[in-house]
Amino acid sequence: MNIPVYKFDAVIVGAGGAGLRSAIQLSEAGLKTAVLSKVFPTRSHTVAAQGGVAASLGNSEEDNWRWHMYDTVKGSDWLGDQDAIEFMCRKAVEVVVDLEHYGMPFDRTDSGKIYQRPFGGHMSNFGEKPVRRACAAADRTGHAMLHAMYQRNVKANTQFFVEWMALDLIRDSEGHVVGVTAMEMETGQVVIFHARAVIFATGGSGRIFASSTNAFMNTGDGLGMTARAGIPLEDMEFWQFHPTGVAGAGVLITEGVRGEGGILRNSNKERFMERYAPNAKDLASRDVVSRAMTTEIKEGRGCGPHKDFLLLDITHLDPAVILKRLPGIREISIQFAGVDPIKEPIPVVPTCHYQMGGIPTRYDGRVVAPGADGASTVVPGFFAAGECACASVHGANRLGTNSLLDLLVFGKSAGDTAVEDLKAGHAHRDLPADAADKARARLDALNERQGGVSVAEARAAIAGTMQAHAGVFRFSDLLQKGAAQILEVEKMVHNLEIKDKSQTWNTARIEALETQNLIEVAKATMISAEARKESRGAHVRDDAPDTPEFPNGRNDKEWLKHTLWFREGNRIAYKPVHLQPLTGEPVALKTRSY
Amino acid sequence: MERAAFQRLRWRCTRRGLLEVDVTLGRFLEEGFGKLSAAEEQAFVELADYDDLELWHLISGQKACEDTRLAPIVAMLQQCRGNAATAA
Repeated sequence: MNIPVYKFDAVIVGAGGAGLRSAIQLSEAGLKTAVLSKVFPTRSHTVAAQGGVAASLGNSEEDNWRWHMYDTVKGSDWLGDQDAIEFMCRKAVEVVVDLEHYGMPFDRTDSGKIYQRPFGGHMSNFGEKPVRRACAAADRTGHAMLHAMYQRNVKANTQFFVEWMALDLIRDSEGHVVGVTAMEMETGQVVIFHARAVIFATGGSGRIFASSTNAFMNTGDGLGMTARAGIPLEDMEFWQFHPTGVAGAGVLITEGVRGEGGILRNSNKERFMERYAPNAKDLASRDVVSRAMTTEIKEGRGCGPHKDFLLLDITHLDPAVILKRLPGIREISIQFAGVDPIKEPIPVVPTCHYQMGGIPTRYDGRVVAPGADGASTVVPGFFAAGECACASVHGANRLGTNSLLDLLVFGKSAGDTAVEDLKAGHAHRDLPADAADKARARLDALNERQGGVSVAEARAAIAGTMQAHAGVFRFSDLLQKGAAQILEVEKMVHNLEIKDKSQTWNTARIEALETQNLIEVAKATMISAEARKESRGAHVRDDAPDTPEFPNGRNDKEWLKHTLWFREGNRIAYKPVHLQPLTGEPVALKTRSY
Repeated sequence: MERAAFQRLRWRCTRRGLLEVDVTLGRFLEEGFGKLSAAEEQAFVELADYDDLELWHLISGQKACEDTRLAPIVAMLQQCRGNAATAA
């Protein structure tokens, strides 16, 4: 079949913060750059990031990139690569100033400087006291960032392909990445984008869990394509959860609700936190509350027909207090749970929020994978940035406001490195003869299959399996069962059937393709989590508890290493953490406590 | 609305930047959209084209909808509620 070939210097997949930031570097360097996106760029999930972007500008009080680096290493529970973390914290000021030049409407101090506010985990003087480091544009930081960077790209002649879905990475016989296959949703036409550099900026994959704050589009498309191209995924066991998302919807209920007197109850109406944290009760820290909730559900005291959620009760509070101190909570509860919290408790469940792992990259944005000798080797022509990438700066746990910083710094860095490569001047490498075969075969199978499994059924199976077996608090027996079960679910995904076979605007087909990406992320997560026999950061196991020998269950002797999951054979390998920063002394290992 | 146009609208309603908007618009397409008049359909399409934050501020009542053509649709979206007991 004759497939059209579009030739560009660089192709970027994803038009959220990281993709837009990379594209600016490439287009402004005069390179012919295409950006592919499932949605219009300013509707990317970056819009949901409201808190701000961390940078040690020191506008409100003394601050220093070394303090920011210390906080990030500690936050990562020492799994973050210290060279990448130093790079990010030092570059933070530069990327914030760039945004200022793009017209980003940051909040200001009276003297006109960028206003900065405190945020959890960000401290001065190596963990001494909170520092004001977050730069924000009211509660719409992500939104303002997307708009500023999109405009800048339009000016720089970046060519956008909106409502296109990338299908597969194209590698030649020597392993060089030479492009992607993609489909235009409106026409259903498949096209080869032939490029000298490919940058993935496809965001997170939180839809693998039944309860997730992630928007519906976060289906791990970049991770699926990477895994199918034989490149491993790194540290996929590490996912950040929030204790109280509305059950069935995922929308967050702020922790302020418990601060104002909200009580968590199980199906017996029992205030169960009294058993887990007799003093702090419902005000215990996020991980303690999430762990207690998971245990209640596991032991059969969850609510509802499937006994899979708990209740957050504020019916005993004065309605005037609810309306005054917890604005918006009543509306969210009514809108998404169908429950007025003044009269009835809100159904809640621990909810997935952010993916720390991803496509293995270096701080220059290049994707790396083990070579023949097992050492990390660059995958030529391939870059990744943002939530889909694992640089690794977040390690086992991300600090708030470091996600927007990550996508700015590594988006820019990936763009800069690609520009260097392309200016060095190698021509387009030849496309392999079978460039589009794999993508075509998947599409043909979807078009032809009769009597298979529906997309809705397969998605529910993925999300249900992940939520029940690899949630916020993990049990050895459940992980083992989950690892077997997710491979059964994979068989369903291999047998997907879509009823709608039409060529144009076939959303059933697009959702099936997304599901094929989700399953790769789900397997990577479950199998990596089952394999890591310690607790670290966001990965907490019941059989790796807090002991004097292993504080917080962390075992540096055996597990201070990055996981690599390979799709082929579901193989796991490990690689060392970069403990050596670019300059100066490493942040020495110690127990993480706040 | 013809098939392709509806599928495009469905995509644009359920692949948003904000989960809150995904859930609300997705639910409305299932439960409420089929009952709209042609003029109301047009108003819904216009509303769906709003930025995510702007749309969420209207749906959640943080901002009033001043466009008299769109306000009735916003009210319908506000009435299109979830039920965790069945959804979860």
